[in-house]
Amino acid sequence: MSKTDATNSTSDRGGPRQPLIIAKNLKKHFPIRSGMLNRQTATVHAVDGISFDVKKGETLGIVGESGCGKSTTARLLIGLIELDDGSIIFDGDVLGSDIKLKELRRGVQMVFQDSYASLNPRMTILDSIAFGPKIHDHKDPASVARNLMERVGLDPERFAMRYPHELSGGQRQRVNIARALALSPRLVILDEAVSALDKSVEAQVLNLLSDLREELDLTYVFISHDLNVVRYISDRVLVMYLGEVVEVGPVEAVYKEQAHPYTASLFAAMPSMDPDNRTEEPPLAGDPPNPIDPPTGCRFHTRCRFSESVCSKVKPKLNVIADNPDHLAACHIKDVGSGHSLAAQEAGE
Amino acid sequence: MFAYFVRRLLYVLPVAIGVSIICFLLVHIAPGDPLTAIMPVDATAEEQAAMRSAYGLDKPLPVQYAIWIGKAATGDLGKSIATGRPVANEVFAAVKNSLLLAFAASIIAFPIGLFLGFVAGYFRDTIFDRIVTGFAITGVSVPNYWLGIVLVIIFSVNLSWLPSMGAGPGGSGEWAWDYAHIRHLILPAVTLAVVPIGIVARTVRALVGDIFSMDFVQALYAKGMRHSDVLKHVIRNAAPTALSVMGLQLGYLLGGSILIETVFNWPGSGFLLSNAIFQRDLPLLQGTILVLALFFVFMNLIVDVAQAAIDPRIKRS
Amino acid sequence: MTVAAEPIITEEVKQKSPGYWAGVMKRFMRDPVAVGCAVIILLLILSAIFAPYLGLNDPYKASMIKRLKPIGFPGFPLGTDEQGRDMLARLIYGGRLTLFVGLTPVVLAFFIGSSLGLIAGYVGGWVNTVIMRTVDIFFAFPSVLLAIAISSALGAGIVNSLVSLTIVFIPPIARVAESATASVRSLDYIDAARATGGNALTIVRVHVIGNVLGPIFVYATSLTSVCMILAAGLSFLGIGVRPPEPEWGLMLNTLRTAIYVNPWIAALPGLMIFITSLCLNLLSDGLRSAMNVKD
Repeated sequence: MSKTDATNSTSDRGGPRQPLIIAKNLKKHFPIRSGMLNRQTATVHAVDGISFDVKKGETLGIVGESGCGKSTTARLLIGLIELDDGSIIFDGDVLGSDIKLKELRRGVQMVFQDSYASLNPRMTILDSIAFGPKIHDHKDPASVARNLMERVGLDPERFAMRYPHELSGGQRQRVNIARALALSPRLVILDEAVSALDKSVEAQVLNLLSDLREELDLTYVFISHDLNVVRYISDRVLVMYLGEVVEVGPVEAVYKEQAHPYTASLFAAMPSMDPDNRTEEPPLAGDPPNPIDPPTGCRFHTRCRFSESVCSKVKPKLNVIADNPDHLAACHIKDVGSGHSLAAQEAGE
Repeated sequence: MFAYFVRRLLYVLPVAIGVSIICFLLVHIAPGDPLTAIMPVDATAEEQAAMRSAYGLDKPLPVQYAIWIGKAATGDLGKSIATGRPVANEVFAAVKNSLLLAFAASIIAFPIGLFLGFVAGYFRDTIFDRIVTGFAITGVSVPNYWLGIVLVIIFSVNLSWLPSMGAGPGGSGEWAWDYAHIRHLILPAVTLAVVPIGIVARTVRALVGDIFSMDFVQALYAKGMRHSDVLKHVIRNAAPTALSVMGLQLGYLLGGSILIETVFNWPGSGFLLSNAIFQRDLPLLQGTILVLALFFVFMNLIVDVAQAAIDPRIKRS
Repeated sequence: MTVAAEPIITEEVKQKSPGYWAGVMKRFMRDPVAVGCAVIILLLILSAIFAPYLGLNDPYKASMIKRLKPIGFPGFPLGTDEQGRDMLARLIYGGRLTLFVGLTPVVLAFFIGSSLGLIAGYVGGWVNTVIMRTVDIFFAFPSVLLAIAISSALGAGIVNSLVSLTIVFIPPIARVAESATASVRSLDYIDAARATGGNALTIVRVHVIGNVLGPIFVYATSLTSVCMILAAGLSFLGIGVRPPEPEWGLMLNTLRTAIYVNPWIAALPGLMIFITSLCLNLLSDGLRSAMNVKD
């Protein structure tokens, strides 16, 4: 592999098809205030300069340990929290200059993990779904809601006038999906949307999501810590660690060969059903470092078994892996000129 | 711990300043001229102006406040209009008596409240629990100034066991630790104790009941710990909240004894206050309320810091 | 549609679920103590409102020769007061002012305090700081002291009592409203509603108020008993309702001199305050459990 391939891969971007959403260098730092005068004494680097794009019609899976900034990224994409830095370009329109937040929100919707907390307990299912169309002055919000209920597999006759606590988790998540679809969005962010469900129900909801994507021409950002689920639903996968992107690539490529040691450890921690397919990689030890004071250089170096001095000094760039221009990883081992002892071996192979 | 103390102190400071501003403004929201009470009816315009500037009332409000609070900080709360004596002297003499009453009431209220609450929480949903709960809700519902009158009717008027007025024989303001004086303390202290008994019992009952239903108690029993040792754990978990409730009640007792002191003519701050109200003695009113409110703020601070000192969960945050 | 909803609900299909308030009502009616207290309060309010139609004696008519007649005195079922006025009539008429001054401040404080708390809790930031720190200052006074301080500065009178008691009860209600709002604010359904593009006012109206008003309301009802006692206490001190109006606190005060002559007559107005306040407390407890509000 070589640098020229890397530049080729970037020149492919913005080709015939404009990505649906482009996230550029997103940053979100949460201040921690303490002390006598409530001064800002520390900062949580929740999302620290991540860039990616989501192509039209694809599903981008985002994986990582809890606290790596997945959910913050989701909330940034939909404008629930303000960006500290970076920009969001929705189908060619820059948020803030070309389109306003309100317009972005018509195009981007979200399904949350906690199916109960994401529904107003005092509202009937119908009212919850119809809320969006109603405030956007739709002529008949109730019929939109009823149609959507049917579409997500909930009989409106039975469920329209019920309250969230009377439904099962799977049913509630269907309501949440219907609610997210009520404004006919183009991008739906699924933030651990199936993680809290029983396995059998999870499969049903995943099938529903796949069907809806086909029928309604949707694009998904699918956030999960469950690698099996991500593999099932995603076209591409993005791996985050401590607020940064460590690896991104097509699902088959990443699942076949993990380029970043962190990704490899994540996969090693995943129990495989196939005895021949079990990796020898040791599972990840310890907790992620404190995002208040992230490690220098490569943020993974404190837990990486290949760590060398360069890793703690220089922040690795995203490099093309195995000549696949869509597969990128931020590891010195994959960068010939980095000075990491293993980088030369990789190049030699 | 020290950092927490300093932080709490810095939080209390603006509150204390706010409290002093409200006390200062009390005189100014009063309808009519604050001078009318002391001014002779036939005072000339010049005399009025002279009086006005003597009391600093011709200056803008913020300046008046600055002067007032500056003096207050050095212990000068002005002069009582009715008696001409320094307000500070009157207030502190009275607060001493009020504190005595408040402590006496606490000594009655806290052990009873703790005991009833603990037993009710321990025997939750039994007849005993219901009796205590009923007693507690009666305690917090009773208008204590009426209860005082009822107790006077029973113990002073009908039975003639206890005196109904004052802090000592002959209406003397000087307290002494002898039988004659303590007799005077009993009725007001019991009256004042009823509401805190109810509040402490209610709080402790809920607290103990909740702790007993927690998983860690099950775990202690499961590992074979003796019942009495489990109780120690429960008490240790309930202690910080219970103590803070009692600390706050002590503050309320001091600020809330006004009506009781009026009923029993107890020469405390509340009695002073009601005299000040009766005579429209605004400097006395203002000074008394300032001292009582600041004492309450100070009690809150003590309670918070003490709670932090015994509750390991607070130190971390 | 290839995917069917999992068959969780097997019982008979219900078209419409009973709403939240229907459930509250059902639970409340099963609580005999709370229902009994509600009836007593209602009777007190009704008898106060319709006092002129109950065929009572004139509550203002004094008589020098019929002073402090005992309970059961002919023509005066509950005796007479220190000016020879009919106690029964005065107690029932007294309910008018006592209940009005005792309950109105909580209603006013409920509206003002909830609004302040909602704004502070939903908007957050410096708005929260300004509102809540101001609230803290008023909260720093024991309620009795604050009520007496403001009332004595303003002087006696019904309006002044209402003002001072309302000011006393705004801070605690605002605090409860603020924390309830802040915790609802952090729930995902608010984020979902924001993501739908609703403006703050719509979201507060549609999604926040319905979920915070219950707990605030229950809390406010728990303050009514204290407010009653305080309102009557102000009159007792002579800084509330002015004589010769019948009002329980004021009556208690003017009858104090009678405790050596006819003690049980002197205790009657206080008994009324006590019964009302006890019923208000028990009613509030009943509402709390019927509405599933936790402390």
